[in-house]
Amino acid sequence: MRARRVAQYGLLIALAMVLSYVESLVPTFFAVPGIKLGLTNLVVMVALYRMSSRDAVIINLVRILLVSITFGNAFSLMYAAGGGLLSGGVMIQLKRTGRFRLQTVSIAGGVAHNVGQILVAMALLETWQVSYYLLILWWSGLAAGLVIGILTAQVVRRLPASLFGPGTAAERDGDGKGDGK
Amino acid sequence: MNERKANAPRRSDLLLIGGLIAVGLVLTAFVLLSRMGGQGDSLTVVIRQDGEVVATLPLEEDAVYTVQGEDGAVNRVVIEDGAVYMEAASCPDRLCVKQGKIRYAGDSLICLPNRVVVEITGQDDLGLDAVAK
Repeated sequence: MRARRVAQYGLLIALAMVLSYVESLVPTFFAVPGIKLGLTNLVVMVALYRMSSRDAVIINLVRILLVSITFGNAFSLMYAAGGGLLSGGVMIQLKRTGRFRLQTVSIAGGVAHNVGQILVAMALLETWQVSYYLLILWWSGLAAGLVIGILTAQVVRRLPASLFGPGTAAERDGDGKGDGK
Repeated sequence: MNERKANAPRRSDLLLIGGLIAVGLVLTAFVLLSRMGGQGDSLTVVIRQDGEVVATLPLEEDAVYTVQGEDGAVNRVVIEDGAVYMEAASCPDRLCVKQGKIRYAGDSLICLPNRVVVEITGQDDLGLDAVAK
């Protein structure tokens, strides 16, 4: 069982890093830093819905660290951590209530991610003058969360049971009942 | 297994998404209002580095100001025809340069790597504009 888990972690973290790289190839069309789809969140959500909250937290932390070391710098690490930890925390709590669908959890996570980044920006730049960015990032987080949520729902439904455990029907629909740990 | 029912958005989903959209709309209204409120004749360009104000310049007068950082970081801020833009920057991504021109109160140019913030503020900061800070 232990080796199996290590393999699952390795697979998901590698996937998260590849998705980060793919996303970094997309040029920044918008003048506002921070608008992006957040493809790696797909991996974190798969872990959350097909493994457990604990696994999702571990994979989230490791991918933030590895991606920042590989593709980023100290600043991007702080932004990624601020966004990733807040969105991870929000998604875990929302899923735990068992009242929200996966897509809804993803939307809230997308918004939380961008709010987390804004908070880090406020702390680093020592300015409150980021309301304009918050406005843009709020909507972009909502939109990105929706797209990623729809994608994740499909992935979670289609992943073979042999790979990440069966995943009950209720879990697939975002009931959160399979996470009673 | 009633798959259809399980896939329909629930009341709690709609409430949460509705709440997020409502907060977004309030934010939008807030930012737009504060921008209109600060649109007087006397706007000021405030340049900050590491959170410290290094220069305060009037928006009406054309000027060039160069912000020098400790480790050779340079940002050249240009004020021209009532608009401000970052003409050159030493940061690797140069997102601040790509942001283009700003001209309204509440707008800002931010260079994260060099920790330089250029923002336009209204001189008569009243009501919303003051709160927005």
